[in-house]
Amino acid sequence: MNSKEFYIESFKTYESKLNGDSKSFLHQLRKDALKQFRETNFPTLRNEEWKYTDISSIVKLNFTPAINSTPERFTKEQINKFLFKDFDCHLLVFVNGIYSEELSLINNLQNGVVVGSLKKLAKENPSVIDSYIGKLSKIDNAFNALNTAYAVDGLVIVVPDGKILEKPIQVLYLNSSSDETMLASPRNLIVVGKNSQASVIANYRGISEKAYLNNSVTEIFIDEDAIINLYKIQNESDEAYHIEKVQATQKKNSVLNHYNITFGGAIVRNDINSVLDGENIETHYYGLYMINGKQHVDNHTFVDHAKPNCMSNELYKGILDDNARGVFNGKIIVRQDAQKTNAYQQNKTILLSKTATIDTKPQLEIFADDVKCSHGATVGHLDDVSEFYIRSRGVPQELAKSMLIRAFANDVIETIKIEPLKEQINHMIFEHLHKVEVGNE
Amino acid sequence: MLSIKNLQANVDGKEILKGINLEVKAGEIHAIMGPNGSGKSTLANVLTGNKSYEVTGGEVFFESKNLLEMDPETRAREGMFLAFQYPIEIPGVSNATFLKTALNEVRKYHGEEELTPKEFLTMLKEKAKVLGMDETMISRYVNVGFSGGEKKRNEILQMLMLKPKFVLLDETDSGLDIDALKIVSSGVNIYKNPNTAFLVVTHYQRLLNYIVPDFVHVLYKGRIIKSGTKELALELEERGYDWLIAEQAEVV
Repeated sequence: MNSKEFYIESFKTYESKLNGDSKSFLHQLRKDALKQFRETNFPTLRNEEWKYTDISSIVKLNFTPAINSTPERFTKEQINKFLFKDFDCHLLVFVNGIYSEELSLINNLQNGVVVGSLKKLAKENPSVIDSYIGKLSKIDNAFNALNTAYAVDGLVIVVPDGKILEKPIQVLYLNSSSDETMLASPRNLIVVGKNSQASVIANYRGISEKAYLNNSVTEIFIDEDAIINLYKIQNESDEAYHIEKVQATQKKNSVLNHYNITFGGAIVRNDINSVLDGENIETHYYGLYMINGKQHVDNHTFVDHAKPNCMSNELYKGILDDNARGVFNGKIIVRQDAQKTNAYQQNKTILLSKTATIDTKPQLEIFADDVKCSHGATVGHLDDVSEFYIRSRGVPQELAKSMLIRAFANDVIETIKIEPLKEQINHMIFEHLHKVEVGNE
Repeated sequence: MLSIKNLQANVDGKEILKGINLEVKAGEIHAIMGPNGSGKSTLANVLTGNKSYEVTGGEVFFESKNLLEMDPETRAREGMFLAFQYPIEIPGVSNATFLKTALNEVRKYHGEEELTPKEFLTMLKEKAKVLGMDETMISRYVNVGFSGGEKKRNEILQMLMLKPKFVLLDETDSGLDIDALKIVSSGVNIYKNPNTAFLVVTHYQRLLNYIVPDFVHVLYKGRIIKSGTKELALELEERGYDWLIAEQAEVV
């Protein structure tokens, strides 16, 4: 049985495990998605959007949907080391994509603010969820279809108009497959009402020697004058496959700050799309990927300027060692209506070895005539003179290198507004670099 | 303290140093002067271990140790210090972190305890004050957004913190106005003691009004063509290098 047949076949077992959930409105969405999945094939290198990313090793394996296998259990002590600390936050924990009530801690939410699990809220609050889910993000490949078909659970945040969430929401997605290759399908929905604000930390971690596939879809709706900061830090295990599609829709005067920081995973693919559907919108995409070994990271970003007077700024930086391979595809469309658009994009890469590679491709389609758009891509090595400068003060070579890498990453990292998070990400950079050095010996 | 014998070096396959001989004793200040392209900066970089410069011959002993066999960090820990002509910017790393890291590496090498954060900060503030540096620069990223003068001052601050035995100043006066030059020089003069030696690389005599050398050497086409005392620098200021180069041609 090939993997496509396997996922279609597994759907029956899955339905039987859903119990009452199979009667919810979500289930129609799942069944429709399965139908689409049947009619779609996994992308290959012949597909323009996937031409630099060979996913045959993912397609070759049959990943058992998490709900069909024995649930993995963790204690609070066990998950503690995976958390970002030293700041006050709400905590939601998903193990293999399934919400864990006992590991999560949400307290004192303001009136009307909804934070929790899709599975639960689909029952308690179906109308809100039904009006957004599957409506912001259309299925555009087999992975999206697979996510939707197996969308059992995920993060839901709904902030009504005029509310500012003081505390960030930390979401730990802990993936672990001890017995068999596992499929996690988190289905996330973030809706922020007019003049509201929220910060979300999506913390993806893996602790598995076995391969698993994390296949997420995150839908984001940002209403007028609202602000969302979304920090994704992905540190899955080296055996993991990680795919996520983020689809945001922004209304006038809104701001999206999206951070996409990658350390882990064997093959990683991110699609980050935003439709700027109103005037005076700001969209910032920050990316940092630090990979080694045979890791492959593909970031596809898309900013769709549909209305005038908006601004988008994108800065993606890569640090690639060993045989690691990076792909960056940055698409910007400025539609005919979108006069006075400012759209900037930069992709900078440092190659630490002779065998690391990056394919970088800006893709600008501009249909308006009064716009400012720019894009740039640089690929280089660590600067020898800078390294010499640091070493000439007595600092060992390894540390000099890590200082320079930190310096390179800094213009992404320093924009992070949560100070302890910034420090801990900096620490992860050092740690990761150290791992790289040890790995080379 | 430093003994250079027939030192030869290439840059990008081109021969720049063609046999330098120089003896520097503790407590001395030597100035290396010469026209552009004579090899002054190359000498400074070779002595501190910049791998872009390839040593092709000769030897250098630093307190009887073979300097050329050491990597740059070991040379620094042994007490070599180069004040760069163009100090490097390191965004994301604060001056304090950078200096603390460097200082503790040097101390570790000599079997000394690391400084406590408080001890370190007290020392850093004290040295910054000597150089008339604003305390806010302590938390600023290394050389980022610094003016030319501030960068040079920061080099001298690093020197005062790391307490090297042998200091190379590479065109430290270039791009400095007279006030900054005075401050930088006073930093050097405060630090000067019988156990340290200086090699001052400069294009102009001006710096030597403030950092007074015991010996002046003229470098031309990769060789020292004349050595003298501080009066030689004054003569060069007045007459330029051409007469020396002509004299050299006659000798050859």
